[in-house]
Amino acid sequence: MSEGLIRRSESMIEMRQLKKKYLTGKVEFEALKGIDLSVESGEMAAVVGPSGSGKSTLMNIIGCLDVPTSGSYLLEREPVNEMTSNQLADVRNKKIGFVFQAFNLLPYATAFENIEVPLLFARVSGKKRRERVIDLLARVGLADKAGNKPTEMSGGEMQRVAIARALANEPDVILADEPTGNLDSASGGEIVNLFHELHKTGKTVIIITHDMSIAKQAGRIIKLKDGLVEGNGNLA
Amino acid sequence: MNLTTVYNIFVRDFRKQKKRITLTLVALGWGTISIMLLLGFGEGLHQQLSINRRGMGESIVILWAGSTTMPFKGLPKGRELRFVKEDIDYLRQSMPELAEVGGEYSRWGVEIKYGSTVISEHVTGVTPNYETMRNHIPEMGSRMINDLDIQQKRRVTFLGDELKTRLFGEEDAVGKQVFIQGLPFTVIGVMQHKMQMNSYSGHDLNMAAMPLTTFETVFGHRYLNNIIYVPEDISNMAAVEQRMREVFSAKYKFDPDDERAISAWDTVESGREFSNILIGIKIFLGIIGGLTLLIAGVGVANIMYVSIKERTREIGIKMAVGARRSYILFQFLIEAFIITFVGGFGGMAISYILTEGFKRVPMESDVLDFMGRPTISWEIGLVVIAILGLMGLMSGLFPAMKAASVNPVESLRYE
Repeated sequence: MSEGLIRRSESMIEMRQLKKKYLTGKVEFEALKGIDLSVESGEMAAVVGPSGSGKSTLMNIIGCLDVPTSGSYLLEREPVNEMTSNQLADVRNKKIGFVFQAFNLLPYATAFENIEVPLLFARVSGKKRRERVIDLLARVGLADKAGNKPTEMSGGEMQRVAIARALANEPDVILADEPTGNLDSASGGEIVNLFHELHKTGKTVIIITHDMSIAKQAGRIIKLKDGLVEGNGNLA
Repeated sequence: MNLTTVYNIFVRDFRKQKKRITLTLVALGWGTISIMLLLGFGEGLHQQLSINRRGMGESIVILWAGSTTMPFKGLPKGRELRFVKEDIDYLRQSMPELAEVGGEYSRWGVEIKYGSTVISEHVTGVTPNYETMRNHIPEMGSRMINDLDIQQKRRVTFLGDELKTRLFGEEDAVGKQVFIQGLPFTVIGVMQHKMQMNSYSGHDLNMAAMPLTTFETVFGHRYLNNIIYVPEDISNMAAVEQRMREVFSAKYKFDPDDERAISAWDTVESGREFSNILIGIKIFLGIIGGLTLLIAGVGVANIMYVSIKERTREIGIKMAVGARRSYILFQFLIEAFIITFVGGFGGMAISYILTEGFKRVPMESDVLDFMGRPTISWEIGLVVIAILGLMGLMSGLFPAMKAASVNPVESLRYE
């Protein structure tokens, strides 16, 4: 068990009756129909479920990339649904690291520069920024790829850059939306190992995945179906 | 808002997107250059034509004595009138509203000789105020006929610049003697080159002028060819002309309403018509300029619009890792501002260099005499830059604002 769990036992993420509706044209679609969920600090959880079950919507709301239609969401006991857009930006910058299936790196920027972006927004000074990026590159095993652009890297390398970027401001929570979905099994395995290492350092890690073997490695599986939490088992 | 952050992000992105930025710069610069040159040449043409129009003299009215067409106080119609030298003083004394009055004798086919060169040309006897009234401006180091020349009936002559060249070539003429009608005359002045669009008896560049009084003694003329006046106030030319007719009517006994008794060429009135043509040309160039501006604006707007669409995803990524909305918009504004500034003022500078270069090309052609020298207007340049910059900004700002105002997840989804 991680040290994080022993150190702090209050909920990192707390959701009550969380709903999200989308309006596509004139048709209203309810992606989340009332989610009750809590994730403890230092937990590693996998979110699974069929396509359209609301996994990504839930993840985007946890990551403050999207806002719920109704219900409450507390992140470290702070009500996210009452935050201004600047406060949300600061949460995304410092408290949450988000890893996407499609990597979402800036195409014209090098690995170094991509990792630097959150540090720029966090107003970290030039020298510290440099040290931090070099450290992060080493941590994800890309010390020699600092000057490479996304087009000059493999999928696995790009995802590692994205993870380094997610870690830039030492967030407490790492969210990953199908991080291995675009990768072959070997690189996918390396990425999953990285998440396990992060979990061991005390971070709260939540991963969306289709791959049950990955899900089973997590301490907990959250099953979604039709916008509701179906199972909430703890396999650890 | 942290300016250093915005600046750091901006500098980095700016370097990374050279192609797009160069395209925008070129579009903006090109728009500025084409409009500034178009209007610059238009302005040059306008100025040159205005100068040319004034070549014969500014605000002058030329009078010729004619013959009466109406009976007046028992006198029959069909009487011929003629101006004499005394009429100049008569008109000046009777009409204080005139700034200048002058008159001239004129004779064609007079033999002018210098060395072995013999030319048959147009000779005039004029009053000294032809210097200002008829733009007989002497070249440096020479002079026009003066009052003393008139009083002493001096045998001096003032040559048109082309006539001088035909007689003397490159040689200096002032102080030399020429023979007019077989009599020796000292050249006291050569006229500065001028572009003259109007004339009533040949162009001034080929005339030889002498004092009015000298002309009488040489040729024995008794009647003036014409009288010229310049009114103090050019706002009511018709009233001045009417008064002039009344003044002469009292002396020569003709009906003041008889327009044929004295015919008058009012250059102010005809100049106004000419000005209207020039204004028409300017409006035409303005319309073309406006359309060019529109095309350039659409070009800039298009690049900005397309690029911001391309960048929607990028905005999503930045916001996902913690960029505030204000950062995104501020970065965009600085970028637009710098592109506008560099492209616009670069275009202005290039226009300036081009027109200055054009001015320096040594061309002594008749075409150039009419086309003039292009004149850049900085005010127009600033307006052009402002409009292009604004169009670029608007077309980029609204999509950028939209991209920054939605939740990051929506911008990220953008393909």
